[in-house]
Amino acid sequence: MLLARVVGTVVATRKDPRLVSNKLLIARPMDPRGKPEGNYLVAVDTVDAGVGETVLIVSGSSARMAAGMKDCPVDAAIVGIIDSVEVTD
Amino acid sequence: MQLARVVGTVVTTHKDANLAAVKLLVLQPLAPDGTAAGRALVAVDAAGAGVGERVFFVRGKEASFPFHPVEVPTDAGVVGIVDHWDLVP
Repeated sequence: MLLARVVGTVVATRKDPRLVSNKLLIARPMDPRGKPEGNYLVAVDTVDAGVGETVLIVSGSSARMAAGMKDCPVDAAIVGIIDSVEVTD
Repeated sequence: MQLARVVGTVVTTHKDANLAAVKLLVLQPLAPDGTAAGRALVAVDAAGAGVGERVFFVRGKEASFPFHPVEVPTDAGVVGIVDHWDLVP
């Protein structure tokens, strides 16, 4: 799973019917210390996250295991809002 | 499956209901010589691992299988703690 910061929202009128009523957010993955890395991605929000928050993103077919995402055409879902990350090494 | 070192923990309060009571760890994948290889990631813990330990983890939907029948939405999970490994040159 990825740590990411939510940086924007996506509005789409014409889309797969199974995506209706789902919120789409733009997220920038980051490393555990908060440094942005990798490419931006669009993820379905299942936990009422918002712009500026640090979130946990599950990707691949596992994204369909998020609440309410069964059989939906998604490959990235936000499944948690991060309170804190503690890294020691 | 891949080798990794547990380098941290993640705390989330607001998350998918099926992630409740699941421990989240920050993993740094390792090459067989013990050096870091690739990006750090967040994984669920199915083996009772802790910070500083060397573990192996599985990627993909299979990461949720240890929690069956609960469908934990994860794409990475620690499934074993490594005692030691040997490389035959």
